Amino acid sequence: MLAKIYITLKKDVLDPQGSVIANSLKSLGFNNIEDVRQGKFIEVKLNAENKETANKQLNEMCEKLLANLVIEDYKVEID
Amino acid sequence: MKSHVIVFPGSNCDRDVAVAIKNISGHQPQMVWHKEMSIDQSDLIIVPGGFSYGDYLRCGAMASTSPIMQDVVKKAKEGVPVLGICNGFQILIESGLLDGALMRNSSLSFICKDILIKAKNQNSVFTKNAQVAKMPIAHNEGNFFVTSEQLKKIQDNDQIAFQYCDESGNVSEHSNPNGSLENIAGILNENKNVLGMMPHPERAAELAHGCEDGKTIFESILN
Repeated sequence: MLAKIYITLKKDVLDPQGSVIANSLKSLGFNNIEDVRQGKFIEVKLNAENKETANKQLNEMCEKLLANLVIEDYKVEID
Repeated sequence: MKSHVIVFPGSNCDRDVAVAIKNISGHQPQMVWHKEMSIDQSDLIIVPGGFSYGDYLRCGAMASTSPIMQDVVKKAKEGVPVLGICNGFQILIESGLLDGALMRNSSLSFICKDILIKAKNQNSVFTKNAQVAKMPIAHNEGNFFVTSEQLKKIQDNDQIAFQYCDESGNVSEHSNPNGSLENIAGILNENKNVLGMMPHPERAAELAHGCEDGKTIFESILN
């Protein structure tokens, strides 16, 4: 089973890297940029009985290690 | 006096802090490899600076899962003083011993320079001798952040150990090197026996360093 995990900064946390990327995109002529937020993408391959068990485990992985819940949100998708 | 310095792959301030402790207390700290399962009886545990595990995922995240950290957390909860410096501070946060998060510096640059800090809480075992002190910072992720609820909690409970300040001790945006909330340079846990700080007192602990202000923190713990 392949899981895709998206980790993003919470909305109220400043993302200076995102702001710099937005400025660079604008300097390339993409003038319609409104905002850029940078995050992490992690793929996890795992053996699990079913999607429900996998989802539970993956959420636990995010909460224990993969995301820092003080500043980050996460989203799990299973193929 | 028995002290222990935890060594992770990528630690690079472990020897510096051991030398500072030896010079100040006369006792040689014991170095403890991160794969050890436990630490002997200890009066002080140091989690040193460096780049443990190459800062993979988030600074300190990998090291917080090292076998020895379970015993560090256990000893901290029993009241043993634990000091985390720079990457050590990041590791203590990732271990759940301290609140908040250390984000990338607001300037997006690695900052390596002398700064000034002053102790906000002057009653902890680490900060009882502290005045305005000069010591270096050397980090890319030292931008301290907590949620507004957590900030209120650490303020109400007097857990802010150090704040970046100017020569007169004024805490202002101008004296904030990395964007930290409330100029926070170091925080304590609720019981005040765990301190995490970004500045390096062990790099300002003898005349050859050009400044000895960092000694006050070690003297506060060791004497």
